[in-house]
Amino acid sequence: METARLNEIVESYPTPTGKILGILEQVQREDGYLQKDVLKTLAEKLEVPLSELYSIATFYSFFTLEKLGRHVVTVCMGTACHVRGAPALADTLKALLKVEEDETTQDGKFQLTTADNDFTVTSARCFGACSMAPVLRVDNKIFGYMTPERIPAVLKQFGWEEDTHQNA
Amino acid sequence: MGCIGYCREEPLVNIHLPGKPLIILHRVTEKDAEEIVRAVAAGEVPRKLSLCRINDWDPLVGEKLLFGEGFQDVPAYAEIPYFAPQRKVVLRDAGLINPEDIDEYIAVGGYSALYKALTRMSPDDVIEEVKASGLRGRGGAGFPTGLKWGFTKKEKSSTKYIICNADEGDPGAYMNRNEMESDPHMILEGMLIGAYAIGAREGVLYIRAEYPLAIQRLEKAIGQARDYGLLGENIFGADFSFTLTIAEGAGAFVCGEETALIASIEGETGRPRPRPPFPAQKGLWGMPTNINNVETWTNIPVIINRGGAWFSKIGGERNSGTKVFSLVGEVDRVGLAEVPLSTPIRTMVYDIGNGGIEGKAIKAVQTGGPSGGCIPASLFDTPMDYEHLTAVGSIMGSGGVVVMDAGTSMVDTARFFIGFTNEESCGKCVPCREGLKHMLMILDKTLAGKATETDMQTLEELSGVIKNASLCGLGQTAPNPVLSTLRYFRDEYNTLLKKARK
Repeated sequence: METARLNEIVESYPTPTGKILGILEQVQREDGYLQKDVLKTLAEKLEVPLSELYSIATFYSFFTLEKLGRHVVTVCMGTACHVRGAPALADTLKALLKVEEDETTQDGKFQLTTADNDFTVTSARCFGACSMAPVLRVDNKIFGYMTPERIPAVLKQFGWEEDTHQNA
Repeated sequence: MGCIGYCREEPLVNIHLPGKPLIILHRVTEKDAEEIVRAVAAGEVPRKLSLCRINDWDPLVGEKLLFGEGFQDVPAYAEIPYFAPQRKVVLRDAGLINPEDIDEYIAVGGYSALYKALTRMSPDDVIEEVKASGLRGRGGAGFPTGLKWGFTKKEKSSTKYIICNADEGDPGAYMNRNEMESDPHMILEGMLIGAYAIGAREGVLYIRAEYPLAIQRLEKAIGQARDYGLLGENIFGADFSFTLTIAEGAGAFVCGEETALIASIEGETGRPRPRPPFPAQKGLWGMPTNINNVETWTNIPVIINRGGAWFSKIGGERNSGTKVFSLVGEVDRVGLAEVPLSTPIRTMVYDIGNGGIEGKAIKAVQTGGPSGGCIPASLFDTPMDYEHLTAVGSIMGSGGVVVMDAGTSMVDTARFFIGFTNEESCGKCVPCREGLKHMLMILDKTLAGKATETDMQTLEELSGVIKNASLCGLGQTAPNPVLSTLRYFRDEYNTLLKKARK
């Protein structure tokens, strides 16, 4: 992010209420992640220790310190989605996009990016779209009533191609 | 247009022809567009798409809306089984007005309660009216709202804050999202009345970042209210000024807890602080602060205009008013249903929800989000209110109702929630941070068929310690899904244990 843009964001908060989180959220939205350099600049500008910004960035699930893929596929892991089969959606996505978890996480949360950086697969707590459970989100688009069988068609809308070499 | 809450039948389309009832079309697709336009051009409505008709509607705070007569062959709103048991107080305008147009809100009586409060009532009168209504906090704790306002009012401070908690974090609950998206001005009006009663000049709406449309609509509503002089200096010419700011949450469940929420607005990690001091004494930036949930605020204009006595007649004993529940999971008719408090679970699941999908038998409902419990079908006569749900080992919480059919493993469900609360534990106090981790390990062991009877005892013991020794509501309620499933579905645990003995 350019320093000029960062200044603009900082200046859009005239009062301290909601300021720090608000700035970080805007940076996250525009850059797709929180870059180390940006955090350093922000720490100086806001006169807060870098460690404090780091602790905020790692405490709240909205932030990520790693660059995400061009498209972000988010599986809703809310209760309604869980009951209606979200874990199977997550497994199918991981298999189709060939991303593996390097370590097993206890909580079922994950964030995995494909080798070509086209897709990141991640999980969310709840979109509040429970009536359409189970739900997937690709970038800002919500896909409701999902089934593992429908996933390839959804991914194709975002430029994914089925690997045909494997079976050849 | 906002949303009337019948999510299973979406997308819905409203048609209003002059002098005719409002017609709600359901399950509309792009292909139907031409037919709809042809019908409307001929002064008709496409019958096979028509869900119901609304001849008139009472928005409660304003004059009755008279749409018209005719189309008698289309079922009336009150004849639709999904709507019949419902009573709309909170969602009084949802699905009927344009949430992005302040004029439509004003047309249904919007801001008249604020006018009444500012011109004809003293702050004490307002608090007395809210006390008389019996309204209790809709975030889940159920603390009497009027009493809470009184605490902050009596603090002597030149600066006080009010906060709207819109960090709807319970998975499976989305009523606050609809309240904000469908009728944002009712929240503003409720907060304005509260600020006047308490003596606050500044308010904060704390909304989770996962709800971009809600944020956008509230921003728009705030802008419109400012243009109309409903926010700012000397509102309605009274000696009352108020500004409202939006602060976005960033995805931390624990921030629903009021002291953690305040820490988050102040730009810190959202970790709860010990109470006392309560926010009423020392809240945001160290000043007296009153926090209420979105849905609590939405009831205020109705209470002011119709009176606390009128409001208190709705619902059950010590549980006045309605509650919006999100009916989701393995139930036929999913959606947002608003019913008087103390309505039995059975009415919700069978009359409104029409039972399981494709007639499957229902095993349990899980209420109250991750802090709630699982209630078996044998207890479906339980009234849905604060006391009764607590008595059966669950809670009301923010109103999530997740229906589970016979195919759902209750041990897996318990594990799902402990996985959730373990991850969302802020890590500040030991019982919650370490205790939940161990509960999760035991549940994983159980699901793997390796647990013993001793493990079950440890699970129960740990639950007790976490409940009693945790700092905040997250830890104090986190073991509920395990305790309730152990209580009602012990056989499912036992089946898994038996494998271990072989």
